[in-house]
Amino acid sequence: MTRGPMTRPPRPASANGSTASANGSTGSTTTLDVRGLRVTLPGTARPVLDGIDLTVGSGETVALVGESGSGKTLTSRSALGLLPPGATTEGTVLVEGHDVLAMDADRLRALRTDTVAMIFQDPRAALNPLRRIGDFLTESVCSARTGDRAMGRSAATARAVELLDAVGLDDSALKKYPSQVSGGMLQRVMIAAALMGDPALLLADEPTTALDVTTQAEVIALLARLRERFGTGLLFVTHDLDLAAAISDRVYVMYAGRIVETGPAETLFARPRHPYTAALLASTPRLTTPGGRLAAIPGQPPDLRTPVTGCAFAARCPLATEVCDEHAPAPLQVSEGPVHLAACHHSDRLVGEGSAVDA
Amino acid sequence: MPEPLLQAVDLRRSFGTVHAVDGVSFTLPEGGSLGIVGGSGSGKTTTARIVVGLEHADAGEVRVRGRARPSRARGREQRLARAREVQMVFQDPYLSLDPRTGVDQVLRETLRLHFPDRDPEPRIRELLDQVGLGTRAADALPRQLSGGQRQRVAIARALAVEPAVLVLDEAVAALDVSVQAQILNLLADIREQTPIGYLFITHDLGVVRCVTDEVIVMRHGSVVEAGATAEVLAAPQHPYTRLLLDSVPHPGWNPDRIAAARQELTSPLAQPTQHTGGRSEPT
Ligand SMILES: Nc1ncnc2c1ncn2[C@@H]1O[C@H](COP(=O)(O)OP(=O)(O)OP(=O)(O)O)[C@@H](O)[C@H]1O
Ligand SMILES: Nc1ncnc2c1ncn2[C@@H]1O[C@H](COP(=O)(O)OP(=O)(O)OP(=O)(O)O)[C@@H](O)[C@H]1O
Ligand code: SF4
Ligand SMILES: [Mg+2]
Ligand SMILES: [Mg+2]
Repeated sequence: MTRGPMTRPPRPASANGSTASANGSTGSTTTLDVRGLRVTLPGTARPVLDGIDLTVGSGETVALVGESGSGKTLTSRSALGLLPPGATTEGTVLVEGHDVLAMDADRLRALRTDTVAMIFQDPRAALNPLRRIGDFLTESVCSARTGDRAMGRSAATARAVELLDAVGLDDSALKKYPSQVSGGMLQRVMIAAALMGDPALLLADEPTTALDVTTQAEVIALLARLRERFGTGLLFVTHDLDLAAAISDRVYVMYAGRIVETGPAETLFARPRHPYTAALLASTPRLTTPGGRLAAIPGQPPDLRTPVTGCAFAARCPLATEVCDEHAPAPLQVSEGPVHLAACHHSDRLVGEGSAVDA
Repeated sequence: MPEPLLQAVDLRRSFGTVHAVDGVSFTLPEGGSLGIVGGSGSGKTTTARIVVGLEHADAGEVRVRGRARPSRARGREQRLARAREVQMVFQDPYLSLDPRTGVDQVLRETLRLHFPDRDPEPRIRELLDQVGLGTRAADALPRQLSGGQRQRVAIARALAVEPAVLVLDEAVAALDVSVQAQILNLLADIREQTPIGYLFITHDLGVVRCVTDEVIVMRHGSVVEAGATAEVLAAPQHPYTRLLLDSVPHPGWNPDRIAAARQELTSPLAQPTQHTGGRSEPT
């Protein structure tokens, strides 16, 4: 696709953002650097995010997977400074070196139009049903920008058409209302909207869940081109482990508000070192899985009203022992080579067993 | 031979020039599970909405146990009976839940309506437990729940009605694989214990493999392939079905190649006069 007038010069692609430090300058190769993020919601007994450490380098694709309700959406929304009302926070969320949690409303607005874009999980909930898709696409770049970054309406429309084309929709979509297009089409509109401002960081919350597999492939190809050409950092929230394995450089696995395992996608999926990761892999339905029952993990994650001492996975974990109930496991390096951390007292018991945990 | 549980006969529905559903027929036997797969905009949701009665068909008929489903119910009794025939879990859980109503209240209202003589409370706990939602979720409002939690509320509400047919439109797509496995196992258990039938719309061919006996593949409003799930997935006959299978992420997966193959599948065929807004969709 050809680029509109807002094209920014390519950033140097970094191999791995995890070692880059936040030096407060925009020259940092770490696009997103979340450190010790702890978020507590009113009326709960434990933090909903409990010490999240996560980085996305520029040009890097990072997958965030894990239990429903574990805090993936909250983590990605924190990079936009969007947290639920009444939430108290500790830690920092640096985007290109600047702390989002310390920004005032003006800085946040600028951040959301110029630097960070998000593709939301629930497109219909994020859209005004009474506004045409075309207005939705152009309004953010036309109205929210000021000075030389503002874009004329016709330039914005041209850009919208170009991006719709890139996601496989024609310009007839501009005149439609959200209720007149299918779920998958609407999700592609959301993807186009997120790309309108050439973001440095793209937060994609299950962006392809509503898409059929061939459209998914097309969208992934588009995102890959984007990151190659513009060094966009991509945080990709997904439930599809095979997709995460296929597209990402690194993976974070979340459970009950904590990162329980992180490492290079290949290593982590081939040799998981946290029982929860292993269990996730075992419960994935695949084309080769025979019909019948799946290896579900028994039980449920702890409620936000229940305080957690020790490992949050203990009640469901086949490897749990006494120490697991008493002490929260710290993330430790579990293999040689690149960073591969697992927060598990017994991660050595998973060595060489692949997905050793079954239901 | 007993009457099939659900039968769709030559359903058609257009929106302006778009033939969203263009002659779709299928049969779901008692206790059966039928998958509908197909590209975005191929008419799956519209077909489901016609079956449920949320959308009228321009032509064709939906039969439940041999009886044509009237397009409109008269009176409360008929409306409730109709609701017990077919329930649907939607693709967008956010829209189908009232933002001001708490989760347990949603279930209580549904149970009171359909089973006024029963105490709803034990059943509420059972349903929440079955879909894996704890007590915090019970009095939460929809916006206080994660996407997957909301979807499970919608599934619990549909199951509360104890319908003859449950239509699931991408109902497990928003769930992480472990919750998804629990829900799929739950649906399998319910199917073993009761004569319920499922119409299962999903993009995930692994899920189709796991929970359906038969499958139809839709493309541009028509059924291009139909058969036993295991056979269709093992030996797809239609090039579009083959493309779908190749598109499933796997080691060595190459999205650029799939995108190219998809374009190729489109090009030799004449462009349709109706376009569905999806320019590059296979025709
Ligand atoms: N606005 C809110 N008010 C109160 N609680 C909230 C709010 N938003 C989210 N939560 C709670 O925070 C937890 C984490 O939610 P989050 O949406 O981040 O989960 P998730 O990992 O994205 O799950 P899913 O995969 O189901 O989308 C959940 O337990 C949810 O109920
Ligand atoms: N109310 C409506 N008004 C106008 N067009 C509509 C309406 N509902 C559906 N359509 C069109 O009908 C076609 C089929 O849509 P449908 O929602 O059935 O597709 P789908 O197979 O469910 O797609 P997806 O996988 O993306 O959800 C699309 O082209 C869509 O734009
Ligand atoms: S720390 Fe213990 S309970 Fe937690 S995952 Fe490891 S073995 Fe299981
Ligand atoms: Mg989420
Ligand atoms: Mg649909």
